[in-house]
Amino acid sequence: MPLWLSAALSIVTVVAILAAIHVPLGGWIHRVYTSPKHLRIERAIYRLVGVDPDTEQRWQTYAISLVSFSIVSILALWGLLVAQRLLPWSQGRSMHVDTALNTAVSFVTNTNWQSYAGESGTGYLVQAAGLAVQNFLSAAVGLAVAVAVVRGLARERTDRIGNFWVDLTRGVIRILLPLAVVGAILLVVCGVIQNVTDPYTVTTITGGTQVIQGGPVASQEAIKELGTNGGGFFNANSAHPFENPSGLTNLIEIVFLLAIASALPRTYGLLVGDRRQGRAMAITMAILGVGAMVLLTVVELHWGTMEGKEQRFGVAWSAIFGSATTGTSTGAVNSLHESFSPLGGGLLLLNMMLGELSPGGVGTGLYSMITMIVITVFLAGLMVGRTPELLGKTIGRQEITLAALSLVVTPALTLLGAGISLVLPVATASMSTSGPHGLSEMLYAFTSAANNNGSAFAGLSADTPYLNLVLATAMLLGRFVPILLLVRLAGRLGEQQRRPETAGTMPTHTASFVGLLVAVILIVAALTYFPSLALGPVAEALS
Amino acid sequence: MLRQSLAAVRLLLLMTVLLGVAYPAVITLVARLDAPAADGSLVTVDGHVVGSALLGQAAAGPEWFQPRPSVSDYAGDTSGGSNLSPNSQAQADARAKREADLKAANPDAVGPIPEDALTASASGLEPYISVAYATWQIPRVAAARGVDRSVLERLVADCTDHALLGYIGQDGVNVTRLNAALAGLPKG
Repeated sequence: MPLWLSAALSIVTVVAILAAIHVPLGGWIHRVYTSPKHLRIERAIYRLVGVDPDTEQRWQTYAISLVSFSIVSILALWGLLVAQRLLPWSQGRSMHVDTALNTAVSFVTNTNWQSYAGESGTGYLVQAAGLAVQNFLSAAVGLAVAVAVVRGLARERTDRIGNFWVDLTRGVIRILLPLAVVGAILLVVCGVIQNVTDPYTVTTITGGTQVIQGGPVASQEAIKELGTNGGGFFNANSAHPFENPSGLTNLIEIVFLLAIASALPRTYGLLVGDRRQGRAMAITMAILGVGAMVLLTVVELHWGTMEGKEQRFGVAWSAIFGSATTGTSTGAVNSLHESFSPLGGGLLLLNMMLGELSPGGVGTGLYSMITMIVITVFLAGLMVGRTPELLGKTIGRQEITLAALSLVVTPALTLLGAGISLVLPVATASMSTSGPHGLSEMLYAFTSAANNNGSAFAGLSADTPYLNLVLATAMLLGRFVPILLLVRLAGRLGEQQRRPETAGTMPTHTASFVGLLVAVILIVAALTYFPSLALGPVAEALS
Repeated sequence: MLRQSLAAVRLLLLMTVLLGVAYPAVITLVARLDAPAADGSLVTVDGHVVGSALLGQAAAGPEWFQPRPSVSDYAGDTSGGSNLSPNSQAQADARAKREADLKAANPDAVGPIPEDALTASASGLEPYISVAYATWQIPRVAAARGVDRSVLERLVADCTDHALLGYIGQDGVNVTRLNAALAGLPKG
């Protein structure tokens, strides 16, 4: 089969599977968050936690619950990682205090940036009871925020946007856990390991020695992709044959990491009672996501090499995985992004810089897209001189301020963080190379952290106190500042009365709106990041 | 804030029991139904475990098929690759050295050196090489072992895993299984 044909078939296969599950999965998620009934296990959880599941919260309480839960999660995970050396099932592995803080922040913010290597930094206990738990919970928090923001749009004249504890619990119990159980078993059948055997040394065929790793890998791998987390059990992540043994598991993992985020526009349409809104959002995500995938695959087939890529996947499936992982907030890798061609590496960067909304992380993609829709409606309103409205809600001064602030947080963190670090010797000492490629390395680290992606140009020696702390700060602010602004926005939108649609209302479900939305997303990213991309990947490609 | 924090602590504990203990325990138990896969698809020679079919192994000597270059030399307790830019001088030097070494070790090889022989894998543990690279090595292995090339061609074909439907992944020859099969051949 010619290379271009198999590459085209590969992309078509991924898109077709996602299209097939879009409606059932999106509908299921909608039912999860609108059902008035609680499952028995959920009632037990609410009773033990001490919350009333039938009382909804104002935006302030919702935000306080979310922030409390995240702070408690970070402190608990940090403590667990530091205490690891004293705990059983840890294979004698340990982490520095600063590495542990970076890791705790990283997993709670759904970033899963790893400045440690799985084989030496984390034993089975913290992988399963610490990191994998946050793989579920950070994804469920993302879903909760997305649903709360949509409730603000869908409701009127109420100050209630839902109950954080209920949204979190349902996301775990009804969506992520069932999918992860099925996914983990599927991965085991396809060859991913799942055991509790300590690593052991064998005498190889030719008389040498080799360490064979063990661990509960499949159970972690499934949620790592489904929750768009991306933190590898092993240093090589999804390039490691024990995490991703074949072309089939590679396809499964790509579908897992895109599945929930690409189904959420359907949920959005159902929640606001207008499926056309969801369809327009899905098409926007598809244009950006598939466009990036095709572009990256073409670039890598033309300029890429097999350096840092696995034979069982090849160039095309490495590019597809890379595009999927940077278009979501996953950050898992099945190939070394730093060894992509300069333009290919630049496209991976650009994909994250779009704001991870094609289709984005679990929940985060949906609320990032709503931010861009608010901005687009506002710009369109300015152009034609009408009051901007979205689904009958006025986008006034306060609303647009909240949306615009949440939009600038990530670029500010990325560009200031990378810019300052590039002139500090304490940071540049971590770079594996100089010149444009070195700049790309640092830019990639801050883009990945601020966007909560977690993939890396892994030549960077990131396990230093400076980078651990600065990148942890970028991850924290990149996650929680937009979340708080959007929960506030949800509160304001929910209080408004819906205005009736008139002849002057700009529809937000049409092809022209989709075109405008795509243009706004691309122009905002281009204006923000073009200079930095020109100094890094573009300069390297031209040299 | 305090009330919310107490709820947060309690929920985190409950979720840790459910997601961090019960979930992996159940999956580990269910995985026993397919123990060979869950334990890492181990390969045995003469009854001894000699490695995993999913992991490449260092195999020095002309009588063995060579896996792809590995930055960690297939150690198993570290994984990862070079992270070199394909445009960098370091990468150009590494390629040139691999090319020279392969040419010296394979005087009878036919055709250009396949790309996967000149580039390090991402994991450093890749068990597969391209069919072209396996075929390219046959003259050397046949000469070193004194076996007929057709025997090796058959073994290579036996150890080739084809891409699902012809395009999901790539065809590859599993070098670990191939060398295990060579180890089982009667000594020539």
